[in-house]
Amino acid sequence: MKKLRRKVYMVAGYNTISMGSGRKEFHPKKERPGLEDYIKEAGQGTLKMIGGAKNVDECVIGNFMASRFNRQANLAAFFPFIDEGLRYKPAIRVEGACGTGGLALMSGIKSILAETAEVVLAVGFEVQNTVKAIYCADFLAPAGWAAMRKDGHAYFFPGQFSERAGAYFEKFGRETTRKAFARWYRNAIENARLCPTAQEYHNTTKDLEAAAMVEPNAKAFLENLTALDCSKVSDGASAIAIMSEEGLKRCGIPVSEAVEVVGYGQVEEDITKPPPDRTALTTMKQAVSNALEFAGITIAEVATAEIHDCFTVAGIMAVEALGLAEQGKGPEFVLEGNTARDGKFPINTTGGLIGWGHPTGGTGVHMAVTLWEQLTGKAGASQVNIPEDRPYGLMANMGGDDKTLVAIVFKA
Amino acid sequence: MTYEERLQHVSVLGAAGKMGSGILLLTAVEMADLSLKAGNKGKTFVLNAIDVSDEALAGVMRYLKAQLLKIAEKKVNALRAVYTERRDLIDNDEIIAQYIFDVMNLVRPTTRLEAAYDSKMVFEAIKEDSALKVKIFSQINKNNTQQPWFFTNTSSIPITVLDEGAGLGGRIIGFHFYNPPAVQKLVEVIRGKNTLKEVEEFALAYAKNLRKVVAPAHDIAGFIGNGHFMRDILHATSELHKLIKDMSLAEAIYAVNKISQDYLVRPMGIFQLIDYVGVDVCSFIMFVMAPYTKNEVIHSPFLDKLMGLGIKGGQYSDGSQKDGVLKYEKGKIVAVYDPIKEAYIPVSELQAKVDKFLGAMPAPPAWKIVVGNKAKDDILIPYFAQLKTADSPGAEIARNYVKKSKEIGKHLVLSGVAYNDADVNTVLLTGFFHAYGPINEYLD
Repeated sequence: MKKLRRKVYMVAGYNTISMGSGRKEFHPKKERPGLEDYIKEAGQGTLKMIGGAKNVDECVIGNFMASRFNRQANLAAFFPFIDEGLRYKPAIRVEGACGTGGLALMSGIKSILAETAEVVLAVGFEVQNTVKAIYCADFLAPAGWAAMRKDGHAYFFPGQFSERAGAYFEKFGRETTRKAFARWYRNAIENARLCPTAQEYHNTTKDLEAAAMVEPNAKAFLENLTALDCSKVSDGASAIAIMSEEGLKRCGIPVSEAVEVVGYGQVEEDITKPPPDRTALTTMKQAVSNALEFAGITIAEVATAEIHDCFTVAGIMAVEALGLAEQGKGPEFVLEGNTARDGKFPINTTGGLIGWGHPTGGTGVHMAVTLWEQLTGKAGASQVNIPEDRPYGLMANMGGDDKTLVAIVFKA
Repeated sequence: MTYEERLQHVSVLGAAGKMGSGILLLTAVEMADLSLKAGNKGKTFVLNAIDVSDEALAGVMRYLKAQLLKIAEKKVNALRAVYTERRDLIDNDEIIAQYIFDVMNLVRPTTRLEAAYDSKMVFEAIKEDSALKVKIFSQINKNNTQQPWFFTNTSSIPITVLDEGAGLGGRIIGFHFYNPPAVQKLVEVIRGKNTLKEVEEFALAYAKNLRKVVAPAHDIAGFIGNGHFMRDILHATSELHKLIKDMSLAEAIYAVNKISQDYLVRPMGIFQLIDYVGVDVCSFIMFVMAPYTKNEVIHSPFLDKLMGLGIKGGQYSDGSQKDGVLKYEKGKIVAVYDPIKEAYIPVSELQAKVDKFLGAMPAPPAWKIVVGNKAKDDILIPYFAQLKTADSPGAEIARNYVKKSKEIGKHLVLSGVAYNDADVNTVLLTGFFHAYGPINEYLD
């Protein structure tokens, strides 16, 4: 167990809707809100809860690929647009592919620890529906090593995870694993149906597991995954405030309204190398292990987790990386109902990446917002039971194919 | 000459027309895919897009580009493999742009018929005019030293008539696409009396590569598709005559259209289909078929009357429906033309009276729920069982319509147009998107 040199809290989380196919109000051919609208809504949402921009010392914005999706860079300069009160205040932009949001949180945590700030506003976003999925795949591919792109699948990342699924099928059996994918999908959608901002909030499919058991079609899409095994293309933003005790006082927020950051693990793996084991998320395992050790707890003391299920197969392997099940036993753990909202370890209680949505640069921040809501009893219809003897929440946000990892342990 | 050698120099006549542009697109893609095969580097492929109007040809190039984008986006993963040697093409959008260029780079739009003089293969999709087709075929044939093969898209003129008229010596076959060729899965392949075996073999190979469903038809005017459709029209108009004792002509048209769509579980009612194809086109097809049909009159005074009144239907260049027998707003039928009153009567003024006249009807299943449904018999059998016993004027008309459609189908087999019942059903299922074949036992 390590001790932080001062206490760090997160509070005042806000999510926009995760917009994209599945939402009733989404029409691919109609004009939609731009990144400005998402950033502003999320940023203002958090500012309102902390007494306005005057209380903010520093800002950090996480975004992966606005340079291509929206032809926009220099994103830190959007903070004064969010609120005039942020003009002339320090802000930075961070990027780590789909792990970007986690990096934004880390950047804020470090500012608090470095005592350059008492209150940091962290925003993460991505607005991806500006192009069709086939071009979206081009824009997301740089999360992997560019030298690998040429010989990769048209849908580059789905292709990578389809290969992982194939390897997992071969090593641990296809049938049970596919059933676990289907259950994972069902849990994700059922949780999303309880969260009004979720992309799958309007999903009305009756038999979700049957829908997810349709065989993959390599000709049309991928060899080992179907579209339901994949997170969708999303537009959305999330924001949260990162504070010291002084910061909470300044904003007039009682400690009970906030969650405390009690440990983190932020690690990087070599982007130019293939995964050492296609059937495991070894970097995530390292990050989670670092975070738990830092917090001085074991996974048994954690009540709920937000994990990076960009694909169902990633969700199953993440269950193993967290130490909830041995390698190869993740499917059984999920099929036994343990990760469902009424199970002993609810995961992704607002739907995760598959159910809530995956605005890539915003996902890490969204995870923190959900855990803040759950641990402080603000999750509304999504609320799960947080036992008193397990007052912790864990997030594991991943960039690329297990390359950039941020794991954070929060305490109620 | 191999399959791909034959496809190295091709012309499409009438390339800017609705059928021609689709044939141009499919052929361009097929030729480009051949040209991109590893063994074909350095070989030249040429596709002449021949039509009479420069303006229309400019339009067809825009159409090609838009369609090719959709095609390339769909098969981009396969294209990544095709361009694997091109290390400079990395993102999907680069691969897609290159493919669109490579396909369009084969196409030469021109108004000069002379371009076809070097072609080994000629697709023809010009006006349905026997004399014009014969004239153009003979002109190309006389000036072309390649002994070109002619693939005609005629939907009604006997192939043997064209073959003998133009002196092609059997180098011709009927290759009848359905509209629009890029979407419709069906082609009717019609051998003339002297069609060469290698021409037919090529036609079948070409259809297979285009992933088309082939329905072979005998060389009898109208073939299967129009053979059924035109007689279906004549049945519908004969029903109008009966109905006008009880209602206005517009009401009768509305009633028959409704029955032929809703109660026959078809994608469109018969008068909507006439508008879709064009009143003028239907009328012309009958005119072409008439001399070749014995013991029956393929001619519709009703269509003549509409033509005389300038009611033509057909489509705008963007594919939207022009007003014809029916009037449309955003694709929906809002009024019915009354040729006696020479005016469109709003549906709202007809509906109640017609529904009352038709009487109690069994609730029909929606066409879109039945079509493509693997268990469609579980829906259709109980529905038709109800229709069979329903006691109302509407049910009677619907039953007669179903029976007549079957009779027409059977007639096509008996008169030697179709080889068998299954081919008739294939054409109606695939080319007309019917939910079930006309030759069935639902009402037996």
